[in-house]
Amino acid sequence: MSALGALIRRDIRIALRVGGGALIGVLFFLTVVVLMPFALGPDLALLGRLGPAILWLGALLASLLTLDRLFMADHDDGSLDVILMSRTPLELACAAKALAHWLAAGVPLIVATPVLGMLLNLDGASTAAVALTLLAGTPALTFTGMIGAALAVTLQRGGLLLAVLVLPLSIPVLIFGVAASNAAIAGPLSFGTPFSILCALSLASLVIGPFAAAASLRHGLD
Amino acid sequence: MTLSDLANPTRFLSLTTRILPWLAGATAILLAIGLTQSVLAPDDYQQGATVKIMFIHVPNAWLSMFVWGVMSIASLGTLVWRHPLADVAAKAAAPIGAAFTFLALVTGSLWGRPMWGTYWEWDARLTSVLILFLMYLGLIALWRAVEDPSRAARAAAILTLVGAINIPIIKFSVDWWNTLHQPASVMKMGGPSLDRAFLIPLLVMAVAFSLLFVTLHLAAMRNEILRRRLRALQMLQASQRPALP
Repeated sequence: MSALGALIRRDIRIALRVGGGALIGVLFFLTVVVLMPFALGPDLALLGRLGPAILWLGALLASLLTLDRLFMADHDDGSLDVILMSRTPLELACAAKALAHWLAAGVPLIVATPVLGMLLNLDGASTAAVALTLLAGTPALTFTGMIGAALAVTLQRGGLLLAVLVLPLSIPVLIFGVAASNAAIAGPLSFGTPFSILCALSLASLVIGPFAAAASLRHGLD
Repeated sequence: MTLSDLANPTRFLSLTTRILPWLAGATAILLAIGLTQSVLAPDDYQQGATVKIMFIHVPNAWLSMFVWGVMSIASLGTLVWRHPLADVAAKAAAPIGAAFTFLALVTGSLWGRPMWGTYWEWDARLTSVLILFLMYLGLIALWRAVEDPSRAARAAAILTLVGAINIPIIKFSVDWWNTLHQPASVMKMGGPSLDRAFLIPLLVMAVAFSLLFVTLHLAAMRNEILRRRLRALQMLQASQRPALP
């Protein structure tokens, strides 16, 4: 257990220090949201209606962008081999790494949401709803994305291949995340249904992600 | 003859040399019968002659999912039993599956034009088939990204199995998304029960397309085995060539 705690602390520390690049995700998120009015026009009513969708797309792309750091740096400096050979089960180590990555790269996105919501003309309650759905949904993005990151690192390929593999798998999270936000803001639908499914998706990916990523690392790096 | 006997590629090649002509012949005969029956089938009272697209469309759509199932079983063979032909089977199946999915999309959109008045509708079924097509393309991209076939095989096997778990989830979410966004107004079929005049040609065509898949798959597997042998020979030759002065 202490090994996992140490792994989480180490990953967070590396991510937040110089060269870690976790906060670049937030900057990217901000830039994507700022770009949107240039494409859609500065109509505040329209931006307010599309706000949850824009925030969710931005968060999805930002979390995708930081994913290839999940294993790549450790693979380059050899510490991934140490993790592979250690007595801690690889599945748990993968889960710990993904948790650390979510804490370092996913939580800042959620913290930034209120500011970005203001730019998109969302009121307080709507912003809170989007932030809550992001809080429930981004773990699913990280944990399913981890599978793609593990495949990419064993193949020495990152970037576009990772995006092509991971994005179709994140469609359900996007659907239920945006649906829950919209239900909380305007919709006739109850907030609970899509939100519970979103939580279920996160919990399921919490189980599937570490096993698939560990299998991919084990088969790919021998 | 068990599955492990087929692990020897030479034996597999000699066996498929014998059965491939028979399979191809059976496919051709069944396709001929099915197409004739499809042409002779009566027009639908509502859809007219366009209903005959169904005889091509439905078998393609059915096979687009069936092929992913075949790839999943082959992936289990790669990861669990390390069967030497399993990754050949998985690799050979991916482009064929993508082709069936593409044909299902194209025929569906051609059918949609006279029926719904548009080539593309964000209908739940169309959308989930489109996502399936994207996943096939991603899988093929993964196969093509790595030179070493055995390394690519294990990565592709994991992605195939993750996809097999995710495809039902995606299907469910897209259904849910679609009913949320638009009420069921577009999708009006002739009804759940199909008349015998349509059912029999459809079943014949389904069997014919399945045989077509088996034929193409075995032929593609043979090509893949030969391609790998060629690659091994080329590498051997390259390693024996004297170094340049």
